[in-house]
Amino acid sequence: MNKESYKKLTSKIIPKENKVKNGIISFFVGGLIGLIGQIMVFVLENNFDIAHKDATSIMIVILIFIASLLTAMGVFDNLVSKAKAGLIVPITGFAHAMTSSMIDYKKEGFVTGIGANAFKLTGSVILYGVVSAYIFGVIRYLFFGG
Amino acid sequence: MIFLYSFLFCGVVCLIGQIILDNTKLTPGHVTSMFVVIGAFLDSFGLYDKFINWFGAGTLVPITSFGHSLIHGALQSAEDNGVLGLLGGMFSLTSAGIVAAIVFGFVFTIIFKAKD
Repeated sequence: MNKESYKKLTSKIIPKENKVKNGIISFFVGGLIGLIGQIMVFVLENNFDIAHKDATSIMIVILIFIASLLTAMGVFDNLVSKAKAGLIVPITGFAHAMTSSMIDYKKEGFVTGIGANAFKLTGSVILYGVVSAYIFGVIRYLFFGG
Repeated sequence: MIFLYSFLFCGVVCLIGQIILDNTKLTPGHVTSMFVVIGAFLDSFGLYDKFINWFGAGTLVPITSFGHSLIHGALQSAEDNGVLGLLGGMFSLTSAGIVAAIVFGFVFTIIFKAKD
């Protein structure tokens, strides 16, 4: 069987994803997380008298805590398969990727399993974030004076 | 009103991510890496700070704010320490998030069993 006829055969079986529905779901789920973040910052600032900068850090830590816990409990994978980018693009996706890669390799041991694979998925985010921030930072600092 | 803006901003960023995921062969890893670079790029002209003022904390939730915090911390410490400050201050603002993800991830990995 050549490649094209194989493609034709599989295209009948692979379910077509509804792009419009996916977009609407991720818009609302993502927006909801942003809204929750804003509400958390508002409550922390007004009810607990925490400075704005600390309030935003606490908000992000809380979101990461919830995402890590749900991932470890096995709930988050189901949610991600439904909400897709709505949960992957916010910071919850970062925590989900980190925890799930740790828990997937747990049975291979503490060092060669959890340790070696902890940054398997989030490594690229940190690497490209740092490299691009450094390059943009040098350009900004040297040519535009900080 | 800032609650609505937070909702809309975070929703639109996620929608863009979903459109990229649906219409290309890129994986979620590609999309998040791309968004971090975009966030760092936007902040190198101070644009992301304006977003934060306009749209509130909803702008700090998407992964783009990770890139923003990286370059923001680097430039802040560069003001005091020169080019070396770019290296030293890179993680000064994002460290809370990264350390939280590592520590919580590790603790929960030990507590819970992997689901098949």
